[in-house]
Amino acid sequence: MSDNLEKIVSEICTRYGNDASRMMDVVRDAHARFGFVSSACADAIAAALKTPRVEVESLVSFYAFFAAHPRAKVVIRLCNDIVDVMHDGHKVWETFEQELGIKTGETTKDGAFSLEYTPCIGMCDQAPAALINDVVVTRLTADRAREIVRELKSGSDPAGLVKEFGDGNNAHELVRAMVVNNIRERGAVVFDAEDMQPGTGLKNALAMSPAEVIRAVKTARLRGRGGAGFPAGMKWEFTRESAGSFRTVICNADEGEPGTFKDRVILTERPDLLFEGMTIAGYAIGAEQGILYLRGEYAYLQPFLENVLNERRASGLLGQNSAGKAGFNFDIRIQMGAGAYVCGEETALISSCEGLRGDPKTRPPFPAQRGYRGQPTAVNNVETLCCVTRILEKGPGWFSQIGNGKSAGTKLLSISGDCKKPGVYEIPFGITLQQLLVKAGGADAIAVQVGGPSGSMVGPKDFGRQICFEDLATGGSIMIFGPGRNLLQVVQKFMEFFVEESCGYCTPCRVGNRLIKERLDRIIAGKGEKTDLAYLEQLVEMVKAASRCGLGQTSPNPVLSTLKNFRQCYEALLLKETGGMQPAFDLKEAVKDAENIAARASVHC
Amino acid sequence: MAKPKLATASLAGCFGCHMSILDIDERILQLVELVDFDKSPVDDIKEFTGRCRIGLIEGGCCNEENVHVLKKFRENCDILVSVGECATMGGIPALRNTIPLKECLDEAFLNGPTVHNPSGRIPDDPEIPLLLNKVYPCHEVVKIDYFLPGCPPPADAIWAAVAALLEDKPIALPYELIKYD
Repeated sequence: MSDNLEKIVSEICTRYGNDASRMMDVVRDAHARFGFVSSACADAIAAALKTPRVEVESLVSFYAFFAAHPRAKVVIRLCNDIVDVMHDGHKVWETFEQELGIKTGETTKDGAFSLEYTPCIGMCDQAPAALINDVVVTRLTADRAREIVRELKSGSDPAGLVKEFGDGNNAHELVRAMVVNNIRERGAVVFDAEDMQPGTGLKNALAMSPAEVIRAVKTARLRGRGGAGFPAGMKWEFTRESAGSFRTVICNADEGEPGTFKDRVILTERPDLLFEGMTIAGYAIGAEQGILYLRGEYAYLQPFLENVLNERRASGLLGQNSAGKAGFNFDIRIQMGAGAYVCGEETALISSCEGLRGDPKTRPPFPAQRGYRGQPTAVNNVETLCCVTRILEKGPGWFSQIGNGKSAGTKLLSISGDCKKPGVYEIPFGITLQQLLVKAGGADAIAVQVGGPSGSMVGPKDFGRQICFEDLATGGSIMIFGPGRNLLQVVQKFMEFFVEESCGYCTPCRVGNRLIKERLDRIIAGKGEKTDLAYLEQLVEMVKAASRCGLGQTSPNPVLSTLKNFRQCYEALLLKETGGMQPAFDLKEAVKDAENIAARASVHC
Repeated sequence: MAKPKLATASLAGCFGCHMSILDIDERILQLVELVDFDKSPVDDIKEFTGRCRIGLIEGGCCNEENVHVLKKFRENCDILVSVGECATMGGIPALRNTIPLKECLDEAFLNGPTVHNPSGRIPDDPEIPLLLNKVYPCHEVVKIDYFLPGCPPPADAIWAAVAALLEDKPIALPYELIKYD
């Protein structure tokens, strides 16, 4: 058995050139083969990759999708983000628990099923959703959950749960998913296909010098679509100018921000547009390698995307002398993630690509100077790279005149929550929240979370504000909360998410988020005091200022923005102060244990 | 004009902070010029005789009597200061906070390796205050105005703080007085 294990592991490692920096792929394959990474398996991997065993264990323990102990044959991951909660997710979860006879977090005695919670899997527009192994099931109901368990128990393969395929490429033979695209509005840049000429952007780019390509992107005023809005042309220039032995383009397709799913739709419907953009980026910065970092939750898209890459290789668009440009040898590989939100942070993502835990790195140096394997790297969002292709195809002038004059181009928004038409909207920059709410059929909203949990929650008085870099910047997540929603419960859910996803490296984020959540829980439980608000305000500033990476620097935002915009929600729950006494202290409660032990009542209460 | 009054108490503490108060040495003569001691173990006055300007609290609250005393201090003092680690955060006594009260008492009076207790009873005389389910820092029970860190805070720090409060000036604690390595 153990000889056999070593042989299989050795085969897997050989597939990746026995390169320790490909450990993510090695572990992923080994995990797929054995169902978990046993101690013996970790030893074998360490030996084959000539790396300390602790590196393997460290990686396995970090990622939610890897296990060091035997897992059930069928792992059901229930997406438990706030939008799923709002769509009666609880009923679905309870049904799964009842039907399987286990609690979430447990495995059935026969080892057939595990139930777990997982944060947003990028299906908020078709919630409640779940991952059953790699298969996505959407729009769940209690009845559907019952049927699913029955089918799986009768021995059916999870893939068989998909009865009807979604629209567009979701029905492609390599995808075969029940996921639907829900493209509600097609804008000029990404989704309006009518005047799109595939390949023209790349052809035009290769006819220019790399410096000219960068200038075109700058002239178009393209800014990063992931949320931070850094000018893309400038990032490329820095990367190109940094000294290094090779350069890399990384596309960040780890869209893990709860409520975001627009990259999923791009990857499904516009993969060529994206890969063309990556190729242009590679040419502009002088890279030979591109990496698409695909989140583990989107594994169902991997065979399809690999196929698109193969087709591009076959038609000469990738590989030696890419697209016929002599001396330009560019290829793209897909790096699968394994369920870690923090890997959406670019330096953590780079760590993951290097076969390490998804720990963020200290910036500076920025990836443009020292990124993947210590060499200059440009990390761009999926949507940004799609814009690049179009800019090179239609010209920077065409692109920069779309939008509100300041922010150029269109923005893809993932809209979910309390609205009639959830889905992806490609809108020109400058649209107001109010206009957006009307489009989506959610005009009665009491609050909108712009930019996901790490963004901000705004109320009706701000609905006149614009979606653009200068006003309400967003990576694309828009969650709508209708009348009757408990906003503090939403904040609580977000904080729960950040506590779970903090990588634990730095104390402000690891401990600070926990303290924020604790104090929030106390207020929600009706035991909060006025001083708790001051404490929270102080704490959120500390966590923002002292955390090492973007996760901790933005994780207090739900509390910060609601304290600012919805302070009355907090104040309504506070206890009244009573002459210097702390109202939350309950002497009766505090002496209860002792009263029981001594069998007499306190003389003080 | 009557001198302002100062009161002190040791709750769930070890009296170390009070020792540190006494450690101001001959400045205690200066202190007596500035204030009258009211309820305090220093002069053994048991009950408040009037409104006090400053109350210094050592120790957190581990039993119902601590809570009672602390509330009396809040009612009678203009300014209440948590002095030292135990008052501020619960300190050593709070190490029991992760263990259920019953287990603590069983270990202390029944099961501990050095316990000799033929009666098998946990002390339950009505004179003994009931313990709280856990040890609370003072600010979780009443509003506290200032916190003086240290275990104990050095006499110079206590002196600087009390003097500043009496003179109604900002407390300037030099680095040497609040570093503990």
